Amino acid sequence: MAAKAAQVPRLALKDISKRFPGVVANDRVSFAVPAGAIHALLGENGAGKSTLVKIIYGVQAADDGQIVFDGQPVRIGSPREARALGIGMVFQHFSLFEAMTVLENIALGMDNPPPRRELEARVRAVLESYGLALDPHRHVHTLSVGERQRIEIVRALLQNPSLLIMDEPTSVLTPQEVEQLFTTLRRLADEGCSILYISHKLHEIKALCQSATIMRGGKVVASCDPRDESARSMAELMIGGSLKDLSDKTDCTYGEARFVVNALSAPGEPPFGTSLKDVSFSVRSGEIFGIAGVAGNGQNELLAVLSGERQAGVSGSLTLDGEELVHASVGARRRAGLASAPEERNGHAAVPGMTLAENALLSARNRMGLSSGGLIRSRAAKNYAAKVIEAFSVKATGPGAAAGSLSGGNLQKYVMGREIMQNPSVLVVSQPTWGVDAGAAGFIRQAMIDLVAKGACVVVVSQDLDELLELCDRLAVINEGRLSEPMDVKGISIERVGLLMGGIHGASPEGDAPIRPAAKAFAAEISA
Amino acid sequence: MSLVKLEPRRQQSRAMAIAAPVIAVALTLFAGALLFTLLGHDGLAAVNEIFVKPLFNPYRWQDLLVKASPLVMIATGLAIGFRANVWNIGAEGQYVLGGLAGTGVALATLNMSGGWILPVMLVCGVLGGMVWAAIPALLKTKLGVNEILSSLMLNYVAIQLLYYLMRGPWKDPMGFNFPQTAMFSSDQTLPIVVPGTLIHLGIPLAFAIALTAFGVMTRTITGFQMQVEGLAPKAAAFGGFGAASTVWIAMLAGGGLAGLAGIVEASGPFGQMVPQFPTGYGYTAIIVAFLGRLNPLGIVVAGLVLALTYVGGESAQTTIGLPSAATGVFQAMMLFFLLATDILVRYRVVSGRSAPVAEPRSSSGEAKPGESKAVTA
Repeated sequence: MAAKAAQVPRLALKDISKRFPGVVANDRVSFAVPAGAIHALLGENGAGKSTLVKIIYGVQAADDGQIVFDGQPVRIGSPREARALGIGMVFQHFSLFEAMTVLENIALGMDNPPPRRELEARVRAVLESYGLALDPHRHVHTLSVGERQRIEIVRALLQNPSLLIMDEPTSVLTPQEVEQLFTTLRRLADEGCSILYISHKLHEIKALCQSATIMRGGKVVASCDPRDESARSMAELMIGGSLKDLSDKTDCTYGEARFVVNALSAPGEPPFGTSLKDVSFSVRSGEIFGIAGVAGNGQNELLAVLSGERQAGVSGSLTLDGEELVHASVGARRRAGLASAPEERNGHAAVPGMTLAENALLSARNRMGLSSGGLIRSRAAKNYAAKVIEAFSVKATGPGAAAGSLSGGNLQKYVMGREIMQNPSVLVVSQPTWGVDAGAAGFIRQAMIDLVAKGACVVVVSQDLDELLELCDRLAVINEGRLSEPMDVKGISIERVGLLMGGIHGASPEGDAPIRPAAKAFAAEISA
Repeated sequence: MSLVKLEPRRQQSRAMAIAAPVIAVALTLFAGALLFTLLGHDGLAAVNEIFVKPLFNPYRWQDLLVKASPLVMIATGLAIGFRANVWNIGAEGQYVLGGLAGTGVALATLNMSGGWILPVMLVCGVLGGMVWAAIPALLKTKLGVNEILSSLMLNYVAIQLLYYLMRGPWKDPMGFNFPQTAMFSSDQTLPIVVPGTLIHLGIPLAFAIALTAFGVMTRTITGFQMQVEGLAPKAAAFGGFGAASTVWIAMLAGGGLAGLAGIVEASGPFGQMVPQFPTGYGYTAIIVAFLGRLNPLGIVVAGLVLALTYVGGESAQTTIGLPSAATGVFQAMMLFFLLATDILVRYRVVSGRSAPVAEPRSSSGEAKPGESKAVTA
């Protein structure tokens, strides 16, 4: 370590500040990344990580402060200048053209692409030397998310970067794909490339990184060696408080199946929507049932069909306590006790431009008597909103606050509270803690546990496998609109879940969906 | 770098939402004066003649109310739909169809008498407008046809239908071959509510409708549905409001009230049906709806402002020889400036040099200087 510290750091930030209207996104941020190190940048959503890396990559300009690269103070005015310095970046959201091939996409992303043949040779060389499985001639729309990410990585590697920035790279990957990515990153670091790794997944950082900078509210609050810290201690640094444990739901007794879904099918929305194929599962009273899967495999469609928002072309059966609901309207399902909370808070679960009291009307007007005879009972709506705000400790000025003025975590608490306090028999929820700070996430998970303790059942759709493993009693995996057999979470095999997420169902009934090469590689790895 | 630039507000400015129409009217007056001066007229006199003089003439006030009432009725109906992002541009046709439906009743009952005739005419007027609006609603909900185009095109169909009826089946046999219907009887004409004036029953009716619509939009689940649909369609679906039902409510409200305005005009100021019946109220009402911020109470005020352009424009033709197109020019400028100033509701103007430092105080109540520097913890 002493030798390394003596070296000139690859990247040093000095007092970087960036203000937006109403927010200071970065407040005198300073830290350094040594050459060949994998350095973690940790923080909750809104801590200022993304703004900081955008400054490093030249997407945004800092208001104050200095960037020193390989000992030289630099001004990075654009991503092109950043690439010229040797900074590569893999964004959380890919910018790829679905209708083009891998090679065409790579060429499009380069500043001075070489002739096609030469480029292909270089791409193949990079793929081979890092052991990345990817066919340069495949069209992007046929690729899995993990493979798409590899295109972005290859794009960055072709520029021979000396600093690679990865922004939340694992949020869309299966566990096997994550492991593969880590192998690649470790190799890169061994070759002397520094990696700035942005994440809020603590166990990944413990496994991968040698040093970490922790940000909160736009400031650097701590730096540490993740290998010496526990995930818990880092989480507490991140949220600036102590974490609460979820109450244990050991061996609680399950009642009989209350929410039964049988052979549910629905066509996908054209042109790229995923159709649901023969989805069946049942949830018992007192049970939390998880649905895992990589984004875009039919989760949104499933939620819309379960909540009743999508009715066209739906076949199969959906019963709650024996009552058939598959053709019931959204309102009828709510009256029967089926509550739902979609993934997107702003504009779907809540209207940002309306007050919290008005938002209470959205889904609670019938069950909670917030309207009668078509008239709004404003006082009742206000009271219910106030009750939710209090019971779920939502930070808001009151029922009159606009939903859009709340932070993501607080609005999510409000949305979940609005549904849970209606005492539903079954709650169907998608990504309940997506983009929510750790404190609020714990609160929301606890609220779901408390709900099932009263005999209700909960269906959680999430891409965050850790969350499902922590929360659920059983889970199933959705892939291309098909749901796997449910598995008990106790003693579950992560490899098996990962394979299911990658699309291995034992057999693929449709000829056009062959087993993906990447998944094949994992299968080989595991059987070895 | 530009001298000024627009910066998004964190919240929409309520003060600016009210101020924007006022600024738009002021800009219209200014630009109008300038334009007519450049065209060789006395621009200031034109503005004075159209926008100021009628206000100081009690007789003109009656005219104002008579012109405002159909505008308020139609705009109120349109605003209900516009709130829900249902763009009914076919109020002109719905107005004509309402007038025709009521006229049909009148022609069938020419030889009868009784207090029941006028109410039946009014109801049929409403239904006529609704039927015409139901066509784009059906096309939209069943086939996904854009209601802007279908409702707009039906306006021309409605006018041709009017011409056909005036020149053919409904022509007054005793009318010296003029293309118009017989005069309505006294049982078929709207009563005058203030004796000795032009103020007919349609005027209090328009105000009552605006008040009722205000209650519906703010106090009922249906009004809530329209607003949610407009602000966040996915949230409306989540709330259990069907998109199709929203389209139907919006189109029928707009069509019904336009139809009512039609029969009120036919049985009031016109007293018969004539080919000159459509006077563009259905289009002007779109401006009224937006100038009134889609709020029925605002629409009452906006209806009076736009009525002023009609009344003042007419008198300016005779007094200072302004072309009749002046009315349309002022109306169009008003909508244009309103749409332009509307950007200030969501954005504020800042100096282009050092963004957050210099902030004009004019950028409304809640955008206080220096606010953009505040830290939200």
